[in-house]
Amino acid sequence: MKPIYVDNNATTRVAPEVLEEMLPYFTELYGNPSSMHSFGGNVARKIKEARERVAEMIGATPGEILFTSCGTESDSTAIRAALISNPDKKHIIASRVEHPAIKNLFENLAKNGYRVTFVPVDSKGVLDLDYLYGHLDDDTAVVSIMWANNESGVIFPIEEIAQAVNAKGVVFHTDAVQAVGKVPVDMKKVKADMLSLSGHKIHAPKGIGALYIRKGTKFSPFLVGGHQESGRRGGTENVASIIGLGKASEMALSHLNEMKTRIKKLRDKLEDTLPKAVPNTMINGEKDQRLPNTSSIGFEFVEGEAILLMMDEFGICASSGSACTSGSLEPSHVLRAMGVPFTAAHGSIRFSLSIYNTEEEIDFIIEKVPPIIKRLRELSPFWKENKCG
Amino acid sequence: MWEYTAKVKDHFLNPRNVGVIENPDGVGEVGSLACGDALTLYFKLDEKGKINDAKFQTFGCASAIASSSALTEMIKGLTLDEVSKITNEDIASYLGELPKEKMHCSVMGRDALEKAIAHYRGEKEKKVEGEIVCECFGVTDIDIRRAVTENNLSTIEDVTDYVKAGGGCGKCHEKIQEIIDSVHSKDKPAKKKTIKLTNIQKIKLIEETLEREIKPALKKDGGNIELIDVDGNRIIVKMRGTCATCSKSQITLKHYVESKLRELVAPELIVEEVQQ
Repeated sequence: MKPIYVDNNATTRVAPEVLEEMLPYFTELYGNPSSMHSFGGNVARKIKEARERVAEMIGATPGEILFTSCGTESDSTAIRAALISNPDKKHIIASRVEHPAIKNLFENLAKNGYRVTFVPVDSKGVLDLDYLYGHLDDDTAVVSIMWANNESGVIFPIEEIAQAVNAKGVVFHTDAVQAVGKVPVDMKKVKADMLSLSGHKIHAPKGIGALYIRKGTKFSPFLVGGHQESGRRGGTENVASIIGLGKASEMALSHLNEMKTRIKKLRDKLEDTLPKAVPNTMINGEKDQRLPNTSSIGFEFVEGEAILLMMDEFGICASSGSACTSGSLEPSHVLRAMGVPFTAAHGSIRFSLSIYNTEEEIDFIIEKVPPIIKRLRELSPFWKENKCG
Repeated sequence: MWEYTAKVKDHFLNPRNVGVIENPDGVGEVGSLACGDALTLYFKLDEKGKINDAKFQTFGCASAIASSSALTEMIKGLTLDEVSKITNEDIASYLGELPKEKMHCSVMGRDALEKAIAHYRGEKEKKVEGEIVCECFGVTDIDIRRAVTENNLSTIEDVTDYVKAGGGCGKCHEKIQEIIDSVHSKDKPAKKKTIKLTNIQKIKLIEETLEREIKPALKKDGGNIELIDVDGNRIIVKMRGTCATCSKSQITLKHYVESKLRELVAPELIVEEVQQ
């Protein structure tokens, strides 16, 4: 059974063109980019090209790109660097719906003497900007707000936030792991000091990420070691994956238009059709400011894990904000922060598309999902009493 | 992804006995939407008092649905006395096994069964007994104590897996640990009963305990202990062998010797080393 993969906010397939560019660097072109000989030097040249490609994707200069092992490392590196450059400031701000890479890091810092402000979102997943600006003070060391949310897909007004935080002289970091490759990201317009991105969300392999560090931003390395990455991250480069990220960045940039047209259309078809076929269904997250590939749909009175496993029988791969899927007992912190009622939070399914999805696949999902929900509702003790009409 | 057995998958994808029984003899409802799972169990008895029909409705994950389905199969044809012996472990083993984090699904089945039996027997809906320990999931100390005792749980994580307590905000972790500790300290031999000992009995028991329990343990490390005097509840001893020169002997004295004597002789004893 060929999988119908609509879980691209979790991870993506490596694009065949990306793999092709990477392969020689596992085999015959194995030189160390730091070496003096041209065998290594040729690899260094290819890394330089990758750095230029990543920079171009986000409107940065190559010198502002640091390769890391993943989005989480980029986040940790950025926050740590900001705190080290502001040793006297003990207040940090993030949104309540950050990815665990920031959320748990901040909770951890809270235990280590930092005052943490988590900025709330409304029921549509929109960030409370007044709350954010109202909590900026002289003690604030860093503000970290994600560019787009991984579960709801809601996009935050990063350009405006960066401007406001910047005006206060506070370091601003954005976790753009979900935004990059799906919506335009242009660091010439956005005055963020640092930005995290991850390879495996844009058809590069897992295990490669990047951190954008605006020229002039104070920085100290997280991994201390050799002179690699201009002394900003020790450790021999993950050569093949860096090259893969470079190729994937080039492709992501060229696919942005397809994202906002064909993929958005497919997403809208899914999102408009399913609620018509399935009563008592709600869409989580404001629609206008949302990633074009993401749809979080709450099916009331059924539980997400059960939905996922029944979809799995048809090869449909999605994910859920339900408690049971993660091993935790509460639904996702994002849906809770949005105040999604329990009736729908446990039964929320996230569909996230990529440029590899086809209309046939979306039609297949539209055909298969309604009977699944109907079947599970017939099992549910809450369904009968809530049936309308 | 969870590793479910083929039997769990089968009972999830093809659940048996789904639905409602009109005019049932017993109904049990547990769980809630907020908690993420809920089960309503119905049964009907035949003239011999055996369950001849059982049905369920479940909101929840695959293992909750499978546990409910399994339960209805298990109880058919049994008397109420027989089914009241079914434990959550029985439900889990009927399904092969459940992932540890999903054991609370089998507990939910057992709870619904108990409620349905109580309903049939006309027992009034029991008010929430005990004290709510986990506010996130409304779990009482009695629920936790029962899960710890029946399943021999030893960590907070275990308790969360079985009855959900502690799976939310985490504020109750300390209380859960206290309950675990109190259950396990009860399991120890019931010698704790405070029988009033005469002085002679007390001294004899102290001597016996030192010989039988404490000296062999200290000798393993080349140490020894000698009873010098007993003055009321004060026991005066002298550390010998390596214990005499060991810098940790005070710790050994208080943590090991005193607690052992308190456990096996009398809880009010105080052990002191003789002054040189």
